[in-house]
Amino acid sequence: MHEPDLWSMLLVFMLATFVGFAVIQNVSRLLHTPLMSLTNAISAIAVVASILIAGEQKTLVSTVLGTIAVAASMTNIVSGFLITDRMLKMFKQRGKKPK
Amino acid sequence: MSPALAEHVSQAIYLLAAGLFIFSLRWLNRPETARRGVLAGVVGMSAAVLGTLLHPEIASYLWIAVAMALGTAVGIPLSRVPLTAVPQRTALSHAFGGLAAGLVGVAKYSLWLGEGLLTPFRTGAIAVEVILGFLTFTGSLMAAGKLQEIVPTRPITYRGQNYVNLALLGVAALCGIALVFDPSRWPLFAMVVALSLVFGVLLIIPIGGADMPTVISILNSYAGLSAVAMGFVLDNKLLVTAGALDGSSGFILSLIMCRAMNRSFTNVLFGAFGQVQAATASAVQRAVKSATPQDVVDILENASSVVIVPGYGMAVAQAQHRVRETFDQLTKRGVKVRFAIHPVAGRMPGHMNVLLAEADIPYEALVEMDDINRDLPQTDVVLVVGANDVVNPAARHDRASPIYGMPIIEADKAKLCVAIKRTMNPGFAGIDNELYYADNTLMLFGDAKAMLGEIAKILGSERGIH
Repeated sequence: MHEPDLWSMLLVFMLATFVGFAVIQNVSRLLHTPLMSLTNAISAIAVVASILIAGEQKTLVSTVLGTIAVAASMTNIVSGFLITDRMLKMFKQRGKKPK
Repeated sequence: MSPALAEHVSQAIYLLAAGLFIFSLRWLNRPETARRGVLAGVVGMSAAVLGTLLHPEIASYLWIAVAMALGTAVGIPLSRVPLTAVPQRTALSHAFGGLAAGLVGVAKYSLWLGEGLLTPFRTGAIAVEVILGFLTFTGSLMAAGKLQEIVPTRPITYRGQNYVNLALLGVAALCGIALVFDPSRWPLFAMVVALSLVFGVLLIIPIGGADMPTVISILNSYAGLSAVAMGFVLDNKLLVTAGALDGSSGFILSLIMCRAMNRSFTNVLFGAFGQVQAATASAVQRAVKSATPQDVVDILENASSVVIVPGYGMAVAQAQHRVRETFDQLTKRGVKVRFAIHPVAGRMPGHMNVLLAEADIPYEALVEMDDINRDLPQTDVVLVVGANDVVNPAARHDRASPIYGMPIIEADKAKLCVAIKRTMNPGFAGIDNELYYADNTLMLFGDAKAMLGEIAKILGSERGIH
């Protein structure tokens, strides 16, 4: 495994933060609660790292920790996306009948 | 597939996922496209997970499958909580995010320690990941406990608290720095883990219930940053991107919350809001004008514009469906009814909008504070339901008031204000509200749900007469 390139990582971090600021400033204030549950589900992408650690099975400690981390991230993915969609379904326009 | 090709495929999938995540948030800018955003997120996530599962390094799928089943089993009920409990659920999910980051950090440290692969860069990144992850974990658990009222919501403070907290964090950081110079000293690493766990608890105990919207947002930001640190540890740019999106979202929400309370970031974290604050209650018993539901109906019917100011009290009283009935009846009569939403109404950013949307109130009727304030002087009636501090005019002029300087919904500027309240007892923060004594304010004493039910009933039975 090679050493991560600090500067290119920092560049990605900086650019992603700027994109985040730009995109999130445009999110409707109506939707700030769903925004939080959605970003939460997205940052649970950490599951990819946990999956590798749990699956490599190099040591008992790393397998156990990885497995717990997969479970924690998976909880966030499932509940985060589901509750976001549940809340968004409630926002209706005037005169439109609920589906 | 050759290992080189597999690597290209997984990198391409990660690139796709990062793009989809950005679109996911982009589509959240309007309620009409928002659900497409969820779909984009789900597609991105599924692609990334499937791509990872194909990785040749995976020796066994057993524990992955068990953990995924467990996460799903916990996640589904967590997504069905009542909307009043969404803030607790959110705090809990920040805790899970922090836990995952912290545990991955510990696992990587132990693996690389054994393999002799701990470089100074990796060790430093792991230290940051572990500190952020574990402090988010315990801090968010405390916040969830306070929101669920398992843990006392009252701020717990003692002398020199801030110094103790800062010293703790400082020691954890010093241990982390020492580790960079000699990564093999694992007791130092254990210290970092332990101190971060304790720091998370101590950081949240002095924070009161009224500050929860800000605290949840700050913890959201930390959870995102811990994912970024994980990305640095594992050389994974998708993690850095997703974490940065989460972190910047939490940061923006924190700023909005702080601005809405006229407080600074440091003031929320180190100011212990709600402590002591000797209420500046004037001893003088002033007169209020009280009204009956029938009086209020007469007033509302003859108005041409009505603005309802909801607060968390409305949700506690489960009154939002009665509010909707009143809204429907008045709208039918041609009265223009809108809702004034203060940014900190409720227990987390945007909470009030979700609660009203659940009661089938169309979102066009939900208006932000700054926009509605412009219209209030021309508004006939403002109806305050379960809101208190956010309509207190003392915030504008009383320098002694703890809420001085906080932007408010200027209910007192409307032609007439009706406030539904159980008793004259000052609210949670213990601050007297002079709005209730104003000449153009009528008080309707009683439970919000019962009173609004009464109003909606009278309005409903009168239909046809008008």
